[in-house]
Amino acid sequence: MSVLPYLVAGWLFLAGCVGMATSRNLIHAVGSLAVCQSSTYVLLLAVGYRRGGTAPVHSDIRPGSRPLVDPVVQALTLTDVVVGATVTALLLALVVQVAKRHGTVDPDELRELRG
Amino acid sequence: MTAAQALPLLVVLPLTGAALLVAAGRWLPRYAADAFGCAVAAATAALACLLLAARSGSAPVEWVGGRRPVHGSGVGISLVGDRAGLGLAALVGVLVVAALVHSWRFFDEPPSGQNGAFPALVLIFQAGMGGFTLTGDLFNAFVFFELMGVISYALTGYRVEEARAVQGALTFGFLNSVGGYATLLGIGLLYARTGELGFAQIGARLDARPGGGDALVTGALVLVATGLLVKAAAVPFHFWLPDAHTVAPSPVCMLLSGVMVQLGLYGVARVYWTVFAGPGGVPEQAVQRALLALGVLTAVTGALLCWLQRHIKRLLAFSTIAHTGLFLVALSALTPDAVSGVALYLLAHAGVKAALFAGAGVLVSRFGSVDERELHGRGRGIWGVAAVFGLGGLALAGLPPFGTALGKALCEESAGPAASVLFVAVSAVTGGAVLRVTGGVFLGLGGRGAPADGGRAARAGREQQAEETSGAGEEPETGVRLTRVPDTMLGSAAALLAGGLAVGCVPALWRAVGETAGAFTDHAGYAASVLGTTATGPVLSAPPHWSVPGVGLGLLSVVLALAAAAGGVRAAGGRRPRWSLPLRRLHSGHVGDYVACAMVGIALFALLLW
Repeated sequence: MSVLPYLVAGWLFLAGCVGMATSRNLIHAVGSLAVCQSSTYVLLLAVGYRRGGTAPVHSDIRPGSRPLVDPVVQALTLTDVVVGATVTALLLALVVQVAKRHGTVDPDELRELRG
Repeated sequence: MTAAQALPLLVVLPLTGAALLVAAGRWLPRYAADAFGCAVAAATAALACLLLAARSGSAPVEWVGGRRPVHGSGVGISLVGDRAGLGLAALVGVLVVAALVHSWRFFDEPPSGQNGAFPALVLIFQAGMGGFTLTGDLFNAFVFFELMGVISYALTGYRVEEARAVQGALTFGFLNSVGGYATLLGIGLLYARTGELGFAQIGARLDARPGGGDALVTGALVLVATGLLVKAAAVPFHFWLPDAHTVAPSPVCMLLSGVMVQLGLYGVARVYWTVFAGPGGVPEQAVQRALLALGVLTAVTGALLCWLQRHIKRLLAFSTIAHTGLFLVALSALTPDAVSGVALYLLAHAGVKAALFAGAGVLVSRFGSVDERELHGRGRGIWGVAAVFGLGGLALAGLPPFGTALGKALCEESAGPAASVLFVAVSAVTGGAVLRVTGGVFLGLGGRGAPADGGRAARAGREQQAEETSGAGEEPETGVRLTRVPDTMLGSAAALLAGGLAVGCVPALWRAVGETAGAFTDHAGYAASVLGTTATGPVLSAPPHWSVPGVGLGLLSVVLALAAAAGGVRAAGGRRPRWSLPLRRLHSGHVGDYVACAMVGIALFALLLW
C-alpha cells in the first residue's frame, strides 16, 4: 500500500485549515471546511483499500471468489458525508443570515464579539 | 425489559418526542408544546436515574440490532450503561428539564406556526448528549458528537434575526467542525491499526502488542483528543465558547456550560482509559504532562479573562473555561481519587453555573442588558436573583458545604500542594468576579464607572475599550420586557443551586461516585464488561469525604474572593490593565484567527505528548 493517499489526506486537512485561516469570504471559508472534511474521506477509503480488490457488493460476484475492499470504512465514509452535508448546510444558512444582518460576508468586518 | 434493553430508549425517547413536536407543532398551542417537551425530557431523565439506581453487578451492555461480537470481533455497535455514562445522562436530563422550565416564558413569538421548534431542538440536543455518554463505540461517539454539535450551533443562533447571534453560532460551528474532523482522522488511524471501532475492542487489540505505543498510536490520540478538547474548551481550542455564550439564549447557555463542555472532558477521559491506558497505548507520564500543561494554561487564561469582562454572560463563560482548566489539572493525576474529585466538582459546577446563567437570563428579560456597568444598582429589589448570584459566586469560590468545595478539596488532595495554589487562586478569581457583579448590580456598591461612549476613560484608551464586548442593548429573550421575575425562572435557578449544595451534603452520593470512579479508570474491567470476559475488580479506595485542610482551603478562597470582589467594586469602571491587551486582542471574533489558534493547539498537544 502506497503512502501517497495518507499524505494527500494530511495535505487536504492542512490546506482546508489554511483556507479557513486566511479566508476573506465566509462562503469560501465554508468551502475550505468541506476541503478539510474531504481529507477524512480520503483517509478512510485509503485505510480500507486492497490492491486488486473490488467493491463489496455481492450481486454479481460469488462470495469468496475475489478480494473485496473493506466495507466498514465505506459505511463510515457515507455517514461522514451525511454529517458533512448537515454541517455545511447549516453553516451556509448562517452565512446567509450574516450577510442579511451585517451586510457583509468578510470575516474581517465582523468585529462585534471580542475581548 | 432488562436494563440493557432500556439503554437505547435514552436516545430514542427524546428523538421521538422531538419528531412529534415538529410534526404537530403547527397545531399545538404554545403551552402544550412546552409541557410535552418538559414531560419527555423528564421521562428520559427519570429513566436514566432508574437505571442508575437499579443496576447491580457489571454494567449492562446492549448490542444494537443484536449484533454481538463473535470470538471477540464483529461490527456491532454497543451502548454501555456504566455508572459514569448513566450518571451523566441523568445530569443531562435534569439540566434539560431545568432549561425548558426556565424558557417557559421565553421567546414569546416562536417562528410562525412552529410552537414546538425550541423544545424539539432541545430534545434532540438531549438525545445527542445522552447517546454520547452511553456509546461504547468510537465512531458512534463521533456521530453523537456531531449531532450535539449541529444542534448546539442551531440553538446558539436561535435568534437568527440578531446580528451577533449568527456570528457567534458561525464561529462555534467552524471550530467544532474542524475539531470533529480531526477526531475522525484519529478514528481512521486507530481503525487502520486495529481493525476495530469499539472502545474496548480497540484497547484489547492495542494491548495485544505491548509496548507498541508508537507514533501512529500517539498521533491518533492527539487527533481524537483534539475534537474533544475543542468541545471541552481547553485553551487554545476555547475561542468558540465565549462568543457562543455571549449570544446564545440563556437556557441554551445553561446546557452548554452546565454539561456539554464537560462532556468533552468526559470524552477525553473515557477514550484515554478505555483505549490508550493499557500496555499498548500511550505512556502515562506523557498524558499527565500534556493534560497538566493544557489545564494550567486553560485555568489561568480563563480566570484572567473572566475577571476582565463586563458582559455578565461572557464573564460566566470565561469562568467555565477556568473551571475546565481546573478539571484538566485534577484529571492529569490519572488516579481514581482524582476522577471522583472531578466528578463531584463537575456535578456541583453544573448546578451552580446553570443557576447563574438562569439568573443572567432574568436580567436580560428584565432590563434588556447584561452589562455590569449599565446595570449598576438597577438590580435592587429583585432579591431572589440577587441571592442566586451571591450564593452562586460563593459556591464557585468554594464555600463549604457546596459540592464545588468538596470537589475542589478532593482535586487539591490528589493534585498536590503546588496545584492547590492554582485551585485556590482560580476559584477565588472566578467566584470573586461573580460576587463583584452581585455587589455592583444588586447592591449598588462602589462607583458606577465611566460610561463606555464618553468621558476621560474612553478618550484615553479608545483602542483599549474597543477590545471588549459590552453586553448593553440585548434583545429581551421574552419578546417584551418583564416587569416581575416569573416563578419558573427563579424556581429553576433555586432548584439548580440546591442541587449544587446537595452534592456536598449527601454521603451516599459520594460513595457512589467513588465506586464509579474506580470502575471508570479500570482499563481491563471496562473491556471485560463489554466483551464478556472476566477480570479482577477495580481497586476500591476510600469513598470521598470532607477533610479539614479541604474545608480550610475552601474558606480561604472564599475570603480571597470576597476581598477581590471588594477591590473590584471599588475600582469599577476603571481602565483595564494594559498587559491584558494582547490576551484580549486574541479573542478577535475572527473565524480565521480561531482556526489558526486551534492548529497551534494541535501542534502544542502533540509536542507535549511526545
